[in-house]
Amino acid sequence: MRYSGWKVITEGLLGNTGWGRAWRDPAPKAEYDAIVIGGGGHGLATAYYLAKNHGLTNIAVLEKGYLGSGNIGRNTTIVRANYFLPGNSEFYSHSLKLWEKLEGELNYNVMHSQRGHIILFHSDGQRDAAVRRGNAIVNQGDDAELLSVAQLKDMLPYLDYNQTRFPIYGGLIQRRAGTARHDAVAWGYARAADKLGVDLIQNCEVTGIDTVDGKVVGVQTTRGPIRAKKVGMVVAGRSSQVAAMAGMRLPIESHVLQAFVTEGLKPVIDHVVSYGMGHFYISQSDKGGLVFGGDIDMYSSYASRGNLPMVEHVMEAGMTLMPMLARARVLRSWGGIMDMTPDGSPIIDKTHIDGLFVDAGWNYGGFKAAPASGWCMAHLMATGQSHEVARRFRLDRFRTGHVMDEEGTGSQHNLH
Amino acid sequence: MRLTCPLCGPRDRREFYYSGTEDYLNRPPEGASIEAWDDMLHLRTNPAGVTKDLWYHETGCGSWLLVTRNTVTHAVLATELVAARKGGAA
Repeated sequence: MRYSGWKVITEGLLGNTGWGRAWRDPAPKAEYDAIVIGGGGHGLATAYYLAKNHGLTNIAVLEKGYLGSGNIGRNTTIVRANYFLPGNSEFYSHSLKLWEKLEGELNYNVMHSQRGHIILFHSDGQRDAAVRRGNAIVNQGDDAELLSVAQLKDMLPYLDYNQTRFPIYGGLIQRRAGTARHDAVAWGYARAADKLGVDLIQNCEVTGIDTVDGKVVGVQTTRGPIRAKKVGMVVAGRSSQVAAMAGMRLPIESHVLQAFVTEGLKPVIDHVVSYGMGHFYISQSDKGGLVFGGDIDMYSSYASRGNLPMVEHVMEAGMTLMPMLARARVLRSWGGIMDMTPDGSPIIDKTHIDGLFVDAGWNYGGFKAAPASGWCMAHLMATGQSHEVARRFRLDRFRTGHVMDEEGTGSQHNLH
Repeated sequence: MRLTCPLCGPRDRREFYYSGTEDYLNRPPEGASIEAWDDMLHLRTNPAGVTKDLWYHETGCGSWLLVTRNTVTHAVLATELVAARKGGAA
């Protein structure tokens, strides 16, 4: 079924009786050409592009819970391509271009809103860094524009421009950046992949990875063994556990990142705003809630909920920047488990086992990356070669010294 | 979360700096292979369950602690001074 405005009208007249399921609920087959472990944003995107770009339709996505039950539904929904380093820059640029065509391609409303993302800077040094970053983004072919304080006052009148501790010197805006409805991205990819014949198998936890003579031959699951010569691990949040089934130790430490949403308010924040000093970012959902977050809790955790010191820190940062937030009531907070790597950049690569691939280590930047991650992981699984925009996301780059430390904070997992 | 410093007693988490897992204590000997260094600096077992990690009592006594924690429940199971371990500080 194709979704359209006309379909909404006719279904409205017919009492919404004709919508049906968005995807099938198949039982696992004994064998597939390829298996993607993980039914989140990246895993579903990988499956979709395997089918769409490479014609591999006898494939399955194995998800231990329900589709989109992980970080794809637990993030702050920001989509941007304002990265600096070669390797990251072209990858996120590719991703943003995929975002811009995503709704038409998937025939699904992911509520992609290019409302602009503004990074504020608060010192001469930060301004220099913003100019340099902006130039790198422009050289990559994407948009970046420096905003003066006067322009900011016009666009973001609610910021506290009088504070002396971290005065606002200006901002760097990417107008093509913005937000999207996070769950809808998973649902859109799931529906489109299913339509191409991909089996989406839920409540199916992988419990083992079978190898013979250094080659992958299939997986053990809670719904029985499934054979496949190609297996992709796309399970950010649980990457270390799944990789351990293949005898691997990944350069990943898991940390919890909290996010918050307020009660629904009238439109007040029109963009995505990042605080250059306080590691605080905020946008307003279409429902009206202010969605915001800050840093990870800084110690390894799988708890899906955070601790109070970071709650306090995030609220303080927000209040310093936007005193009006004092009047908003926080509705709820939650946590997601982040694959933190020693340089803050992800991994899309082969492993030491033939036919076994890994897509992991998204730190807390995985949402915006989902389309390009799926695109590049599918390319790798189908052709055996890294896609050109993901060729630096190597698993062995820490050993070889080819790290991509976007923030320049050093090789400690929690510092990115 | 509170950590019990063997010298200062139970203290708020905010007094401590988290530095990473106990892997950092297993420093390879001089002349060790690149793989051994990669293993110590970057690769992690990263368990969903009991783990041991290093915390620095930054705004307290300044000692390094080895903390046994559960990463799923955030329960703190034991704390000891790194300096009190056999061989002392790494």
